[in-house]
Amino acid sequence: MDVNIERELQDFIVHEAHLIDTRQLDDWLALFAEHARYWIPLHGAAQTEGDAVNSLADEDRLLLALRIERLKNPRAHSQRPPSRCQHVLQTPQLLRSDEAAGRFELLTPFLYVEAQGERQQMLAGTARHRLLRRDGRLQIEQKRVDLLNAGEALPAIQLFP
Amino acid sequence: MSYRRQDIQRLVQHDRVHRDLYISPELFALEQRHFFANTWSYLGHTSQVPQAGDYLAVDIAGRPLMMVRQPDGGIRVLQNRCPHKGSPLVGEACGNVGKFIRCPYHAWTFKLDGAPLAVPLKAAYEGTALKDCESGQGMVALKHVAVYRDFVFVKLGDAGPGFEAYFGEALRSIDFLVDRSPVGRLRIEGGVLRNIIHCNWKMYLENINDTVHPLSTHESATAAAGALWQGQPADAPKPMAMEQILPFGSGFDFFDRMGGRVYPNGHSVLGVNFSIHSGYAQVPEYEAAMRAAHGEQRATEVLQHSPQNAVCFPSLSVKGSPQAIRVIRPLAADKMMLEAWSFRVEGAPEVLFERSMMYNRLVFSPMSVVAHDDVHLFEGMQRALHADGNDWISLHRNFRPDELGQGTADCNGTNELLMRNQFRAWAQFMSLTMED
Repeated sequence: MDVNIERELQDFIVHEAHLIDTRQLDDWLALFAEHARYWIPLHGAAQTEGDAVNSLADEDRLLLALRIERLKNPRAHSQRPPSRCQHVLQTPQLLRSDEAAGRFELLTPFLYVEAQGERQQMLAGTARHRLLRRDGRLQIEQKRVDLLNAGEALPAIQLFP
Repeated sequence: MSYRRQDIQRLVQHDRVHRDLYISPELFALEQRHFFANTWSYLGHTSQVPQAGDYLAVDIAGRPLMMVRQPDGGIRVLQNRCPHKGSPLVGEACGNVGKFIRCPYHAWTFKLDGAPLAVPLKAAYEGTALKDCESGQGMVALKHVAVYRDFVFVKLGDAGPGFEAYFGEALRSIDFLVDRSPVGRLRIEGGVLRNIIHCNWKMYLENINDTVHPLSTHESATAAAGALWQGQPADAPKPMAMEQILPFGSGFDFFDRMGGRVYPNGHSVLGVNFSIHSGYAQVPEYEAAMRAAHGEQRATEVLQHSPQNAVCFPSLSVKGSPQAIRVIRPLAADKMMLEAWSFRVEGAPEVLFERSMMYNRLVFSPMSVVAHDDVHLFEGMQRALHADGNDWISLHRNFRPDELGQGTADCNGTNELLMRNQFRAWAQFMSLTMED
């Protein structure tokens, strides 16, 4: 494994979280490939792709764009005051790497804090990124987020774990 | 203060209700004791406990309960409490207990119907009063359990009407949902989306019948959907998500014309004529199967009945299409849990199940962009109701004195009769067992 590539992939994951945490959401959306998926399964890590089980979120680019458009609307009432968030990432671990095909998979345990007004909630989870390299540029094909307590009763999660 | 029957009745006037209904912890405690003892609450669906020994543990009004499938196929609902020291007998939300129920603390065992089976050191109880007292009688079984087309309801107390008298014609809403299956069977599948909302449960329940909020409350979500869909030809096939979100932006006239119906005891149907769910793409092979199974007339009736929400007061809200239910679980005066369950419709194509799951995910997930605005406003209202100078919540829209004492009645879709009817039932069942 080329350490430079590993470092580049890890930097990409850190950058992706940074764009969310600094609310640069159009730039964040631009990281996703055309047929990308942002997926938070209801049963967390226990859920297998294709299971007949729902998700907290299961979004293509259209639905992600809808979320981001909505957040810009001054009448997005739930954003008065705005929510803020912070990802605290563990070092991303490279699970699979196919440099020739430009396909990579990384696993990143994290803590996610979302705050609004005086209220703050913390979620723990693991992100699984499937990345593609196209025309020299890394893109997200799938970001799967397995939350530790995805199936429990949760308050609103307004941003992007 | 200490509430008595006439105090409760003063809190619910013909056209407005007192804010204490939402914010008073004392009223919440009285609800747990009186209101939920006298009314029928939805507990679960029999498809969640298919095999003997399967259980589903649910807390209703502070009582830990478990529904257990019996060896003879029947359903029992037991208090999830060991009669010995009070240990919960099952610790998970669902599972299978095997051939009998065994307490983890001292290994007392019970049959699946709760009857006592064995205790360790049996000889040590000889000559004691154990056998003759509550602790020796096994687990407490609920007396008032009704299974209606696989929907399981319980009434915690002995007062209040029987099941059929309580729901009456409101049960047709469950018929309309179940008859969406050509073989008349639904299965809970796909897991449950659970939300903690810091508001009173009645605030959520009245919102289920509120047709005037979508235009302003959900403006940001529908505007974003509209902007992304702009420029598409009117007949372009919509992605399912767009098909489900865009109608939230419908105008007052649309919601008014959908019509409502109230039934005695707080139940209702909103959208007796049509709703935001009426425009979902047709599925010809499914409709043919429905006609073959139910006959032309019933199939048409079922397929055209697509209400916004039907409320089986006070805990269950039903959508016939998509096939989904919401369950409201009060936790405190200012805290509730909302559950959204999806159904697989037996004998129907996969697309119906996908619709059900997608609708719940888009609209009732903790990450729903539609619900975010509702939930945020409810939580704000819960705090703002502590403002002084006005103790009342208005329910005046379309109030007419002649609606009082009416049983079943039809109304326009934006009529707050749909809410007044809930609060009148609240006062009735709250005060039923209270002292004068």
